[in-house]
Amino acid sequence: MSLLSIKNVTKRFGGLTAVNDLSLEIKDNSISSVIGPNGAGKTTFFNCVTGFYKVDEGSIVFDGEAIHNLRPDLITSKGIARTYQNIRLFSNMSALDNILVGQHVQLHTMWAEAIWQSKRFKDEEAAALAEARRLLSFVGLQGMGDLVAGSLPYGAQRRLEIARALASQPKLLLLDEPTAGMNPNESGEMTHFIRNLRDELGITILLIEHDMRVVMDISEQISVVDYGSKIAEGKPKDIQSNPQVIEAYLGRGAASGLQRQKAK
Amino acid sequence: MGNINWRTILRLGLLGSVVALYFSMIGMVEDFSNRNLIGDLLNLGHVLLYAGIAGGALFAAREHSESNTVGRGLIGLATGALGALLPSGLVLLSSAINMRTVFVNVNPALSNIITFGRGVPTGLLLFVLASAVVGLITALFTVLPETWRGPVGKSFGIVIISAVFSDLVRQVLTNIIGSGMVRSLYVGDAYRPLVAAVLFVGLIALFFWLDRRAKQSNETTAIPQTDAKARQAKNRRNIALFLGWGVFLLIAPWILGSFLSQVLFEIGRFVLLGLGLNIVVGYAGLLDLGYVAFFAFGAYTMGILTTTTAINPAPGVFTFWTALPIVVLVGVVFGLLLGFPVLRMRGDYLAIVTLGFGEIIRILALSDWLAPIMGGAQGILKIPNPVFFGLELNSPELMYYLVLAGSLLAAFISIRLRDSRLGRQWMAMREDEDVAEAMGINLVQTKLLAFAIGAGFSALGGAIFAARLSTIFPHSFNLLISINALSLIIVGGLGSIPGVIVGAIALVGLPELLREFQEYRLLMYGILLIVMMLLRPEGFIPAEVFKRELHSDEDTGGPPAVEAQV
Repeated sequence: MSLLSIKNVTKRFGGLTAVNDLSLEIKDNSISSVIGPNGAGKTTFFNCVTGFYKVDEGSIVFDGEAIHNLRPDLITSKGIARTYQNIRLFSNMSALDNILVGQHVQLHTMWAEAIWQSKRFKDEEAAALAEARRLLSFVGLQGMGDLVAGSLPYGAQRRLEIARALASQPKLLLLDEPTAGMNPNESGEMTHFIRNLRDELGITILLIEHDMRVVMDISEQISVVDYGSKIAEGKPKDIQSNPQVIEAYLGRGAASGLQRQKAK
Repeated sequence: MGNINWRTILRLGLLGSVVALYFSMIGMVEDFSNRNLIGDLLNLGHVLLYAGIAGGALFAAREHSESNTVGRGLIGLATGALGALLPSGLVLLSSAINMRTVFVNVNPALSNIITFGRGVPTGLLLFVLASAVVGLITALFTVLPETWRGPVGKSFGIVIISAVFSDLVRQVLTNIIGSGMVRSLYVGDAYRPLVAAVLFVGLIALFFWLDRRAKQSNETTAIPQTDAKARQAKNRRNIALFLGWGVFLLIAPWILGSFLSQVLFEIGRFVLLGLGLNIVVGYAGLLDLGYVAFFAFGAYTMGILTTTTAINPAPGVFTFWTALPIVVLVGVVFGLLLGFPVLRMRGDYLAIVTLGFGEIIRILALSDWLAPIMGGAQGILKIPNPVFFGLELNSPELMYYLVLAGSLLAAFISIRLRDSRLGRQWMAMREDEDVAEAMGINLVQTKLLAFAIGAGFSALGGAIFAARLSTIFPHSFNLLISINALSLIIVGGLGSIPGVIVGAIALVGLPELLREFQEYRLLMYGILLIVMMLLRPEGFIPAEVFKRELHSDEDTGGPPAVEAQV
């Protein structure tokens, strides 16, 4: 059963077609990756799914509901959360406050109740705080909750961003290059952590990633995008040997060179 | 003696000299030379003339921290003497040619002040000597051991500042110890020299004693105390502080008298405005330059509903208190109306549109078209003072309580909202609008709420303002009010409620007290803002990141069980 189903989505910026007739099925409870050379349209594709961009053609169905061209906040409330390629935390707010903002769609008291502090408001805030602290230690940042998010070390910021995304209790988590700028050791930990998210919390994961070791290690399904179109799809080992993929990454000359080497 | 860096001395000496020259040429030295601070010995003109020179010497001595006492003394002497260079040049030049046609303030009176009235050769020598001595004294100040420097510096500052604000100090003292005693302490506006000397020495002793006591108590508490006990002590201190301020705020107008109550009222009015604008700009990050519009709506609505002139559509129906909810509602509605068209604008564009909006409202109020309703250029007259259970609030002392109540209410609502989901929505939106939206925050609703609540506070301020003045004119609602409100929250620290209060005192209260400075008020603003941006770009009392993790530990007495499951 597919949780997210993308059919023939096209997104143009003026004359440039950033996403071209792209179709993709993400199975419930799976880990999938979208890979492709720089500028292939991967992040644009993420932005279409989360509602940052309106799609020009095609449809996006999430959990049985059409979500394309909805406002971003409504899409989030339906259960999609994301992180960003270049970390975008609320950098002047504390780490805990970042997670509390992430819980926004889970909270329901009216703003006026905050003024006279109704019991419902107090209970909800206390529960939200407890949940935020739980998430903080879930991503291994216990004790750092009062620090300003912008002052945290790089790796901690990445993990805090994931905690913030998890706070909305999503069914689908979109990770945009979660291991960018990490050394092999750290990306190994991150890989482990992402797999845990799926195994323990049952969250479906779709990631954009450049680190092939991470991609091949973690993904159950890989889609390769180049110039906005899907050029290949399949399991990691199928992708590794796909000549079109090699060509997209290394250019035609290098690809045929590799082919020749293999033939020898 | 260590290395003497002549280049530094030259640079700082000339810098101090430029400051002295500047204050002389814009006329401040001459204007304030009539304002005695300590008997006939020291006047405000002297302070301005020598402040730059002393500052140069202070920094020059600091740069030579490795030099010994004699070395630093010489550096101070040299820097001070150098500081006299440009004012002396000015005096020489003005004695040779008449510069008054171009520089109005460069006149014989100024030369007289600079040369101690002794004429060119002797007087100038005296001036150079005096500057050198000022430099020497400031330089020697830096040689003092740490334990003395603090008390001496603070005491000197307090003596000078209390002398500058002698109007205020005398008023308070008169209410406490009676005018006879006060008259024996002052000659004219200035301290008697003996009084100043006693005060200076007394303050040094006081600060010295306080420092020593603080150090001793630090040593005794070095013995580990239980956290609970320390927290209890802290709580008690906080409660005492809170009660102290509460009592002071309640009795303030009766100690301070009528004029100062009026100043307090002005401060309170801007605190109310600042708190509202703080929600829009400080929390939600929406730069609103037309904030005065809501203030005007509040004042006009109150005026129209309660005035006894023909403009009132329903004369005698509304009193101040029954009109107040309507005023706030009108403010909120207009906040929403302004909010809708500017929802999609950010940053500079928003600022320009709101700026235009503020001007439109003022011009509409001034127009003949709306004159039958809003009174046009003549404004609205005869707005009655509010009556509180039979007591007419007709004096500054009584109106102060009204603005105090309004400010407290606004501060209370601000704090409660800041620590709620809505407050987090605002701050997230301020930090990154796109990401905030991706967190599920409805930007339209969040922005409109910020505009509406901010406008409500402002309208409340306007209503109180109208009831206090009894007359309102379109000219009372010019751009400068928006600029003032914005400056005071920036000076205080964006998003910080104590900052709003400090900002209002610094930018509204001080200029009211420094009547002598009235002419130079905007200059003072400029200097204050530049100094602040250099030294404390985040404001006097920056907003703190709220500490939650530690607090919740205290509340529950240990980490909650949920954590253990992870």
